[in-house]
Amino acid sequence: MKPPRFDYLAPASLDEALAALAEHGDAAKVLAGGQSLVPLLNFRLVRPAYLVDLNDIPGLAYIRQENGHVAIGALTRQRALETSALIRERVPLLADAMPQIGHAQIRNRGTIGGSLAHADPAAELPAVVAALDGELVVRNASGGRVLRPDEFFVAYLTTALDPTELLVEVRLPLVPPRTGTAFLEVSRRHGDFALVGVAASVTLDDAGVCTRCAIALIGVGPAPVVARAAAQRLVGSKPTMEVLQDVGQLAAADLSPDGDLHASSQYRRHVAGVLTRRALARALERIR
Amino acid sequence: MKERLIRLTVNGRTHEATVEARKTLADFLREDLGLTGTHLGCEHGVCGACTIIVDGAAVRSCLLFAAQMHGHEILTVESLADGDRLNPLQEAFWEHHGLQCGFCTPGFLMTLTCFLRENPHPTEAEVRVAIAGNLCRCTGYKNIVTAACAAARKIAAAPTT
Repeated sequence: MKPPRFDYLAPASLDEALAALAEHGDAAKVLAGGQSLVPLLNFRLVRPAYLVDLNDIPGLAYIRQENGHVAIGALTRQRALETSALIRERVPLLADAMPQIGHAQIRNRGTIGGSLAHADPAAELPAVVAALDGELVVRNASGGRVLRPDEFFVAYLTTALDPTELLVEVRLPLVPPRTGTAFLEVSRRHGDFALVGVAASVTLDDAGVCTRCAIALIGVGPAPVVARAAAQRLVGSKPTMEVLQDVGQLAAADLSPDGDLHASSQYRRHVAGVLTRRALARALERIR
Repeated sequence: MKERLIRLTVNGRTHEATVEARKTLADFLREDLGLTGTHLGCEHGVCGACTIIVDGAAVRSCLLFAAQMHGHEILTVESLADGDRLNPLQEAFWEHHGLQCGFCTPGFLMTLTCFLRENPHPTEAEVRVAIAGNLCRCTGYKNIVTAACAAARKIAAAPTT
């Protein structure tokens, strides 16, 4: 058997799960879809004393429209997001990113909450949540709090989640009128983690002037990088090719990505600039 | 708990077993149920050889624990043929030389079984995306794609029951 020994807990309710986390703290690991955690277990890179499996808890998987946002239960499978008409219609940036996550077999099992809490610096979902400035609803046995992406994502594989806390819901704002979004990435093979990825959202007024722009990049830092200065360059301008070129260069200039076996720092920065420009252009094409 | 009593359905048959918590579903199928058609390549979710169908969805059985499968319904590659009679997808792999050593084949078959159910008239490009999560190191993918497209046509042409 590959994984190390652990005690398996299958709580039947959220309260039971939170009680288990309160009791066991960092001796416990939360099992959602298992598409990142189980490989780590099989390699014995993690050796938790307890595994708290969320899969038997009813009511943690849902997609519903509420006041001004779409609320997504943390245990919602990525495949469910990919095939949701509500997501396609109301949070198209998320729909755009979904097919680029792993493969169908991974998305059938992988969850939105699991991916966000795992916080791989090259994972797609953190960029979507960062670009849209979504809300992350966190609970523990004694209460809860709501975090913004810049509070939630701390560093490589590290979030603000305390070992007793559980991410239970993600709230993403509805796409405003006259807004286009796009998610683009470059990876070595289809389904691989991104070398660099960009989530972009642009809003225009009736005169075609940009009123709002958001850009988030992955694969270029320890957590998703929100390119505020670059996005600000577009606001107040008509998005000509020259302006988009500028925005791309600004986004790249602020980055100092680590290089690795697959891509040097310089290459990642270059790709980040090009992808930013292309993602904005794609987003603009989609404005109705 | 270190062990869990589970009751699950595999290929239409109900099984009851006490499993060690850390035993993967793939190991359980192979070692406890003797269903060795499910192959294990990488054991960390990359190669796709261990793909099976759980509650109608294709998943990696190396990334699930048997202990999680209480009350679930599983289909493995052994569910496809009727005795010695291959099903249309298996037949298409045979006819179009969609395998050489055969190690990856069960994963491809289960991935495609699920895919063709969701998308009965796929384009070649769609087939290529569908099998992107399965690795084959013998044939290249050309014949597998050809076989999948042929199977789709064959299934479409078959009288519906």
